Amino acid sequence: MSEQSYAKPLPLMRGSTKEFYDHCKNGELRFQRCTDCGKWRHVPREMCAKCGSWNWEWARSSGRGEVFTWTVVQRAMHPAFPGDVPYAPAIIQMQEGVRLVSWVADCPPEELKMGMPVEVIFERVTDEVTLPKFKRAAKR
Amino acid sequence: MGSFKNQACIVGIGQTKYSRGPGTGKTDLSLQLEASIAALDDAGLQRSDIDGVLPFVCLGIAEEFAVHLGIEDLRYQSTSHLGGAAPGASLANAAMAVTAGLADTILIPGGWYGFSGRRVREVVVADTTVMSGGPTARDFYFPFGLTAPPQWFSFIARRHMHEYGTKSEQLGAIAVAQRKHAQLNPHALTRGKELTLEKYLSSAVISDPYRLFDCSLEADGAAAFIVTTAERARDLKQKPIYVMSVTQGQPYPADDLVTRDDVFQLGLTSAAPRAFAMAGVTHDDIDFAQIYDPFTFQVLQQIEELGFCKRGEGGAFVEGGRIELGGKLPVNTHGGLLSEAHVLGMNHFVEAVRQLRGEAGERQVQDAEIGLVTGFGDFGDGSIAILRR
Ligand SMILES: [Zn+2]
Repeated sequence: MSEQSYAKPLPLMRGSTKEFYDHCKNGELRFQRCTDCGKWRHVPREMCAKCGSWNWEWARSSGRGEVFTWTVVQRAMHPAFPGDVPYAPAIIQMQEGVRLVSWVADCPPEELKMGMPVEVIFERVTDEVTLPKFKRAAKR
Repeated sequence: MGSFKNQACIVGIGQTKYSRGPGTGKTDLSLQLEASIAALDDAGLQRSDIDGVLPFVCLGIAEEFAVHLGIEDLRYQSTSHLGGAAPGASLANAAMAVTAGLADTILIPGGWYGFSGRRVREVVVADTTVMSGGPTARDFYFPFGLTAPPQWFSFIARRHMHEYGTKSEQLGAIAVAQRKHAQLNPHALTRGKELTLEKYLSSAVISDPYRLFDCSLEADGAAAFIVTTAERARDLKQKPIYVMSVTQGQPYPADDLVTRDDVFQLGLTSAAPRAFAMAGVTHDDIDFAQIYDPFTFQVLQQIEELGFCKRGEGGAFVEGGRIELGGKLPVNTHGGLLSEAHVLGMNHFVEAVRQLRGEAGERQVQDAEIGLVTGFGDFGDGSIAILRR
């Protein structure tokens, strides 16, 4: 899809937000992890709120998680989404402990279940931005 | 803590007509000035008596209020950034300022063309400064179509349903109770439009589990109130309403709804115990609660976090008329944002003052002596005021 025709909101690509999405563009889901105490975190932050360290790395996620909760949007509240309804933004609880908002792209809303295992996939939406999305995974 | 307890009072309230129509072409400021003048009249004060203004975030600046009201010596101004929790947070600022002598008489206005003008769903996407989680939402929620309050709050409701068995019928009980109250309120936009549980359950799904009647009523309207010291209040026109306590709080992290260890934590979770302690009252002392109600579930959740019942018991609590007039804890006796009008929770203060003055007409809570008012901002910021007559 070309940049011109993509009307949905995009992240502001700067700083560590850009780095997060750049990893997605490379096909890798990475979250910040404190290199002193090992705590994973998302959304990106400047320092570790647990131990106070400024040291961190972009650690590779297993890409696996489970559905923590979701909503099913029947009436879009943004002009770029009416064509998608019903769609279901979901909170994914990753194995590493962090949570993020995404979609289970291959799952109709009515088939979503609490705790459903999912794994990351990537959807390139513009030349610059690739979004991390999810698909159903086998129970492990 | 508690140096302003019973030392600051609300001495005037004002409002415009609330409406859902084509609009008037006037500005948000104009609407708020109209409510402010009404509050001055109610208090028996002159425009020049005001020496402090605490405007609502993104809806006006103190300088504009001062220049229009002819306040040549504006001694104090400040704006809370807690969104829907701002009216309470501003009351705290006002109480501190008047008791510390920084100002004598403070105006707290709030209002908007929230129906005919820009809708919240447009504002939150266009301006990341309107809520504490703005940048987080822009970078990590909006790209996934999670763009508006009914969407992000409904998934917390779903999780509560999963963990505690909370039912749609219980959310419906809140909508129905508040709609009943609105039938007794001449200012309410839904007066004459009764709601049954059956009608609630058959209403259109907006963002599941939220239906149409789980959502507040976007409206054009403004309200204002005026705060001064208890000493000064004695000489004024109205029976003063005393601020027993007012506190605020934020969940952690405040700017991200999804990563909290405890997803049900609100600002109120910590603010409410502080407010009850400062006021020196217990839950049994509370005669009514005006609870900021962007959506039904946020009422249920705040009842739990306020400590009126344990977490998970809110669904049972709101059933059986307990939150209706005549029940143990009448909630949103004016109809609230759901059934009076979404006036940013400013209308909750107006109603609390009317109840404590005994001026609530058909919907008067008998012998109302102590009431509480909450505020709730995205993503769960909280404020709570405990007021007495
Ligand atoms: Zn650390």
